[in-house]
Amino acid sequence: MSTLYPSKTAPFAYSANSVQKTMTTVLLALAPATLFNLYLFGWPAILLFAVTVGACAAAEASCVALSGRPATSTLGDGSAVLTGWLLAMSLPPWAPWWTGVLGAVFAIHLAKHAYGGLGQNAFNPAMVARVALLVSFPVVMTTWVVPHPLFSANALGLADAFAITFGSKPLDAMSSASVLGFVKTELSRGIPVTQSITQVPNLMDMALGYRAGSMGETSALLILAGGLFLMARGIISWHIPVTVIGSLFLMGTVFNLVNPARFTDGTVQVMSGATFLGAFFIATDYVTSPVSKQGQLVFGIGIGLFTWIIRTFAGYPEGMAFAVLLMNSLTPIIDQYTRPRGFGRTRKGEPLPLKVKS
Amino acid sequence: MKLFPIRGGVHPEYRKELCSEKPIVALPMPDLLYIPLQQHIGAPAEALVSEGDLVKKGQMIARGQGTVSAPHHAPTSGRIKAVTQVLAIHPSGLTQLTIIIEPDGKDEWADLPAPIDDPFSVKPQAIKDRVAQSGIVGMGGAAFPSAVKLNLGIQLKIDLLLLNGAECEPYLTCDDRVMRERAEEVIDGARIMAHALGAPKVIIAIEENKPQAIEIMTRAAAAQPNVEVVGVPVQYPMGAERQLTQAITGLETPSRKLTADLGVVVHNVATARAVQQAVRYGRPLVSRVVTVSGEAIREPKNVDVPIGTPVAKLVEFCGGFTSEPARLVNGGPMMGAPLVSLEVPVVKGTSGILALTAAEVKERPTSPCIRCGVCITVCPCGLSPVEMAPHIRKDHLDVAAKLGVMDCFSCGSCSWVCPSHIPLVHYFNYAKGMLAEQDREQTKIERTKRLAEEHGIRIEKADEAKKAAMAAKQAAMAAKKQSATAADDKAST
Ligand code: SF4
Ligand code: SF4
Repeated sequence: MSTLYPSKTAPFAYSANSVQKTMTTVLLALAPATLFNLYLFGWPAILLFAVTVGACAAAEASCVALSGRPATSTLGDGSAVLTGWLLAMSLPPWAPWWTGVLGAVFAIHLAKHAYGGLGQNAFNPAMVARVALLVSFPVVMTTWVVPHPLFSANALGLADAFAITFGSKPLDAMSSASVLGFVKTELSRGIPVTQSITQVPNLMDMALGYRAGSMGETSALLILAGGLFLMARGIISWHIPVTVIGSLFLMGTVFNLVNPARFTDGTVQVMSGATFLGAFFIATDYVTSPVSKQGQLVFGIGIGLFTWIIRTFAGYPEGMAFAVLLMNSLTPIIDQYTRPRGFGRTRKGEPLPLKVKS
Repeated sequence: MKLFPIRGGVHPEYRKELCSEKPIVALPMPDLLYIPLQQHIGAPAEALVSEGDLVKKGQMIARGQGTVSAPHHAPTSGRIKAVTQVLAIHPSGLTQLTIIIEPDGKDEWADLPAPIDDPFSVKPQAIKDRVAQSGIVGMGGAAFPSAVKLNLGIQLKIDLLLLNGAECEPYLTCDDRVMRERAEEVIDGARIMAHALGAPKVIIAIEENKPQAIEIMTRAAAAQPNVEVVGVPVQYPMGAERQLTQAITGLETPSRKLTADLGVVVHNVATARAVQQAVRYGRPLVSRVVTVSGEAIREPKNVDVPIGTPVAKLVEFCGGFTSEPARLVNGGPMMGAPLVSLEVPVVKGTSGILALTAAEVKERPTSPCIRCGVCITVCPCGLSPVEMAPHIRKDHLDVAAKLGVMDCFSCGSCSWVCPSHIPLVHYFNYAKGMLAEQDREQTKIERTKRLAEEHGIRIEKADEAKKAAMAAKQAAMAAKKQSATAADDKAST
């Protein structure tokens, strides 16, 4: 695969872009939020993170080796590490080790290499893994804990952490619900949103991350900062994040105005769950999103709408992963209908009419 | 002046600083000059000299043939050594008929056509004849015979002569230097061309990375009310004809039409200078400024080179190589052609000779496409390289054609930007070549089919005529018989 192309034709100059550089920049953008969350959730989170990323790298190596290439040949592009990283960020931080390993099998073996490897997969590998785990192990995947910051009074020692990640220490005693989950459960008990919302952490805490949730769900601000960094570096454009967040906010706001007892408002929708992680880091995955800017607008709006619908009406409190996968399946069609207009041609591909000069 | 945005484009490393402050220097006359008969788009010229002939500088040694062609002239005085097959500058590595001149060192001018003292009072045709006679072709690289392009003013109403000083290719500085050192001549030439075209206005577009050129040209144009110098944004490929036309006028040239259909004709600045020399002094095009640059060249220079000089001489004049170049390029790095050998001669369309190191080229192994879509963002033609390439790889050329691959003008932006280093342009060149070939084949088949059909129709018609004649005859006979029987009947009654 990696052959120097005997390029006889121009150009004879190339940009410094590379897949590796792109992936490394994304990892860099994720780093602050990740570090903060590892600190918030302590040793069990660190262990799970290491296991998940390691498992994804190992899965990548095994797939590549199976196809007869040197096992490490594609690890360098960083895509497997990124998948593992994103998967780890979407797991409950105190989930047991096997969720990471099983997730790696789902993500790398099934969602990525069964389709032909990097660039060939139709669905976002990390989201496939997350959804597969959520459907298979709903209890484990929705058992959240409140933050136990490192070095704080309720921080866990390494031994306890090992027991949580690799043992089978039950978590029930300290589990807590995420904001969206809590509102949803209360709603099903007949308690209106207007009342339940007063009991969840305030918006400031949600923004900073002092709340229960997966690593990627908490600390919206650091994720946002990472996303803006990616935009500044030209790795992603505004099209997907703005439309995802915008349509979600719009739906939330409009329906909340109509019936505040039934619908959470736009700000809560945007600040909670995996909205920022999804909008900036998951939905923008190159491989599984449309290639043209117009297509990306359609895609982003679709994700925003589906996320809101699933969060509001379906059985799961968080809909981002499902929405992304749904829109992934539409990507080929979106691509087909959102090609840019050719220079000197109409949208249909006919030559432009010659304007008669006055 | 209000400018209009153009789609896509990239910002390669321009590296113009290697050469932009180097004044034009003349190359000492080499020992031998190789003048290929075809240096332009169109039919090759026909040699007028043979071995042993003595020629003077500026004497026509090959004449243009057909409507799209250009003559060639001796770049110096000397003796014809041979008219023979020599390796051409074309990347195919093929030879072509070439006139070899042995200079006599005197550099004596031939009797040149009389200067046209007041070009603005003569008929446009006189200018066009002079340009045609002087062997001038587009010097920006395309090498299209300039007289043919000036003739566009006959059928179409031309509102604007757009003089292209964008020089958007990295490294190249020859146009920049020509504008800075020969500004008056360029502007004079542009006005003469505008007169030939019947264009009331001239705009000279220069990319903003050449502030001195803009300043000098603006000053030189100040006295001319119908000549305007405009700085255009630095955005490759700003210098492409359709893109520049759009940036200046806002008009988008319809596919398969010419900018001239919109009333705009684009010529290169160096071409304008060549026209000026031909009109004002009767001097044909026998030399041109070439940028010799790249990290592998010891002393990058802008050199005034007699047409036909072997590239090796030029490299030698610039101090030779500092290291073995990774790539040798004829033209700019984005759209130039690979140089097959140092023995090939400089021709009228040669704007640059680049010797690039591996570190400059940054060529790297190809990896799988990650669908980042940036190739779509940068394509000035609004194409989808990411979608066309896989179809071409699977030889689905018809799909690629539907996706518009024939609109691609190989600007190289997509290949330049691709993080997976996929040789996209290479695919598109291949597809365009194959499709053009198929098209030719198809035309041939269709012609044969049409001929066969016509033949069939002729035979059918003849058959029908025969049948009709036969039927008429039979009818006549039957009628005769009938009347005969009737007569018999009558007789029998
Ligand atoms: S730039 Fe390269 S990697 Fe990106 S979509 Fe185009 S072909 Fe694929
Ligand atoms: S080379 Fe062709 S496809 Fe690529 S950017 Fe240029 S015009 Fe578009």
